[in-house]
Amino acid sequence: MSERAPFDQQIVLQPELAARFGDLHPPLDRQAAMPEANRCLFCFDAPCTSSCPTHIDVPRFIKKIASGNLSGSARTILDANILGASCARACPVEVLCEGACVMHRYNKEPIQIARLQRFAMDSFYESGAPLPFEPGVETGLSVALIGAGPASLACAAELRRRGIRANLYDARPLPGGLNTYGVAEYKLPLVESLREIELLSQLGVDFHFGTTIDAASLAELEREHDAVFLGIGLGGIHRLGIAGEDLPSVTNALDLIAGYKSGELTTVPARVVVVGAGNTAIDAAIAAVRLGATEVHIVYRRGPEQMSAFSFEYEHARNEGVKFLWHVQPTKIRGDRSVEGLELTKLASTEDGSIIPQQGSEFLLATDLVVLSIGQATHTAFLSEHRNERAKVQLERGRILIDRATGQTSNPKFFAGGDCTNGGREVVDAVADGKRAGIGIAAWLEEQHVQA
Amino acid sequence: MSKPKPTLESTFCGIKCLNPFWLASAPPTNCGEQVMRAFDAGWGGAVWKTIGEPITNVSSRYSSIDWEGRRMMGFNNIELISDRPIEVNLQEIAEVKRRYPKHVVIASLMVESKRDTWHDIVQRAEDAGADGLELNFGCPHGMSERGMGSAVGQVPEYCEQITAWVKEKARTPVIVKLTPNISDIRIPARAAKRGGADALSAINTINSITGIDLETLQPNPNVDGKSSHGGYCGPAVKPIALNMVQQVQSDPASALPLSGIGGIGNWRDAAEFILLGCGTVQVCTAAMHYGYRIVEDMQDGLLAWMTEKGFATIEDFRGLSLPNVLEWKHLNLNYKIVARIHPDLCIGCQLCYTACWDGAHQCIHLDRKSAVPDTTRTPAMVEAETARHISTTPIPKLDAGTLGHSNAVTPLERIPRVDEHHCVGCNLCALVCPVENCITMERVDNGLPPESWEERTTKGLVSPAARQVMSTNT
Repeated sequence: MSERAPFDQQIVLQPELAARFGDLHPPLDRQAAMPEANRCLFCFDAPCTSSCPTHIDVPRFIKKIASGNLSGSARTILDANILGASCARACPVEVLCEGACVMHRYNKEPIQIARLQRFAMDSFYESGAPLPFEPGVETGLSVALIGAGPASLACAAELRRRGIRANLYDARPLPGGLNTYGVAEYKLPLVESLREIELLSQLGVDFHFGTTIDAASLAELEREHDAVFLGIGLGGIHRLGIAGEDLPSVTNALDLIAGYKSGELTTVPARVVVVGAGNTAIDAAIAAVRLGATEVHIVYRRGPEQMSAFSFEYEHARNEGVKFLWHVQPTKIRGDRSVEGLELTKLASTEDGSIIPQQGSEFLLATDLVVLSIGQATHTAFLSEHRNERAKVQLERGRILIDRATGQTSNPKFFAGGDCTNGGREVVDAVADGKRAGIGIAAWLEEQHVQA
Repeated sequence: MSKPKPTLESTFCGIKCLNPFWLASAPPTNCGEQVMRAFDAGWGGAVWKTIGEPITNVSSRYSSIDWEGRRMMGFNNIELISDRPIEVNLQEIAEVKRRYPKHVVIASLMVESKRDTWHDIVQRAEDAGADGLELNFGCPHGMSERGMGSAVGQVPEYCEQITAWVKEKARTPVIVKLTPNISDIRIPARAAKRGGADALSAINTINSITGIDLETLQPNPNVDGKSSHGGYCGPAVKPIALNMVQQVQSDPASALPLSGIGGIGNWRDAAEFILLGCGTVQVCTAAMHYGYRIVEDMQDGLLAWMTEKGFATIEDFRGLSLPNVLEWKHLNLNYKIVARIHPDLCIGCQLCYTACWDGAHQCIHLDRKSAVPDTTRTPAMVEAETARHISTTPIPKLDAGTLGHSNAVTPLERIPRVDEHHCVGCNLCALVCPVENCITMERVDNGLPPESWEERTTKGLVSPAARQVMSTNT
């Protein structure tokens, strides 16, 4: 390991940010965690576990809390999910473990799995204990991992536990990808993501920051390593393709979130419009409220039934005062040097399900900032620009095609996972992908070794 | 037609009681001021904290067992008898009786095993106005090391002798309090009866070490780093107490009016002790936990239950459950029940499944989805299958098909199925099931007449070897 400072100490903590983005779900203290842990039924083959993409043995870690075996509880979590502390805060548990809890079925509140998981992980940090896993005996094998987001980190952890070197390359100055820069601060503070990665790096992971990989460098990495893992996430932000989109006060949700989390953005103007109604759009809209906007709108082409945000996210946004305009389409961003307003046209649904603009329904929504949150494309150009004619790996609808069980792509030496393969899901999905790929790579390499 | 209004008034070994709820001889009855407040709260009687030559106590004195977040499921003490002068206790008894003539005050007594000493204390307690005497032959800690308490209760000859000495002098009913720290409670009970006791009370506390502090490696309660075995009581001991009560009450050589003690905290507990023959019940731990006020619902709840059941007095239901407790050899071997899981109530926790496989007879299966019953699939196979399953967060935009998916209904594959042909009717699944009435144990008519082990043996249907095994086990 180099002499670098711990990741979580490389940033300057901002008290004002912490005050504005306080915990959405406050931590449980020991006296609250114990009865909650005891409330867990300890289901056999528990639905919470099977609904978790990383299959954390939820009843097991909860019963370890109840028995006072907090280190064992944290180990159970980390063994299945090396980013278990982040996931405890960032996961949409309402549609995962807590949503699957059998308690729902007889009029009882589900077990507060996320808060118990956080309790176990917070206690683990407090104890100052090292990561409860050792790197495997060095095999001399090495893997290049493109991107240092949750998928690559989880993959790296599996590789290191099997004695395979893990070299992570990322364009940003700090690791974690969207786990560090893209999750609403009131769910997962940036520093918590870094703290967890610092823990993980005890396994001996080699990070290469500020490194953008192009086709040429990818070819080099392929030569130097025994396998390559692509954990590149999604790239280009979709654009509306309307006039005014290049004005300085037009941004996108991910930049807004990364901006305030890293401290570069500390305030927003009074009026903000977010275009799109996904979970990220909600995060951006709530961020705008917390950063001082007094009038925040979310505009969406369809109705609330079709929005892709989870219903609890929608409720949260409404509680924060975000207003929703349904069935409208932006046609122009007005403004000279900066944004003055967003021109919108009302949309009507036709019988075949398509939506058409209503003549003469145009209206202007005055705003000072437009935030786009209408999805991302995969950044895959570097995969196909190689001198070799055919693409490195097979793509499908812009996603890298993989075998779900092993993460292997059409090119046996290339594995992939996370948003670039699943179209953009949650941190926990990326961790699960990375974990399967890490195990898959190790198995494939062993197979190669046996054959050789 | 309105049901008759029941009454809690009764008579216990000649003592008139406003209700059957007495405070046991313990810290809640330490002094007159306490006992009077207890009577104000509704307690029908109090057995005074044991009177004898004043002792010196240690601190600390109590420890307890918590159970999954509930406090004091089991309670333990190493406190001795009253640390107040005999004369003070007796003066206060006189004062309480003067102010509360209708309430029962029993003097609990413990003195050294000398005839004159016992005669003297009996005389003084009765002169003070006690309605009866309880001989503390049960205290298992401290006093027993000095030849008193359970040291007496554990030796039938002493028990009989001292009871007889007391009876030579006593003008009021004599209740002998039995220790559970013996192999067969009927032995000291019979001794007390032979000695002339008018009544018994049971059980006193059970020898216990409540636990060890894993930080300091010291036991609780901690007295300067050390501890000593104490007396265990509270909700945890109720089943033990009920069994001992039944044993005494079903044994003609032991049976006397009995004041039930052990884990009683509400009217339900009280009703159970009375159904096994107790005339009064004594409470300590619950009052120490929640205060005297608990007696309000003990009265209220018991009266409501009596009204519902049509019992006008305590005597109407006292002992009614005694005939239902038999020796094992008299139970009907042809009574057959099986577990039935009601799918509409099942929440899919599968606790019955794992309990039956690991703790019972492997006759609950997860095969509702298979075309034919599959009794070969083991729990490990079930778990391995789930581990291979790849699950993802359902994102509306990406998973149009999963929209509207509801978790409100238990998936069929998670609802276990009982193989009724192999179910032995052990109750385990119904006991572990967290949902009321989800698993019911239902009778299966096998067309066989009732038949007990003893009847089978008598008919010669049991091999001599098997008979021998049975006889050595009883």
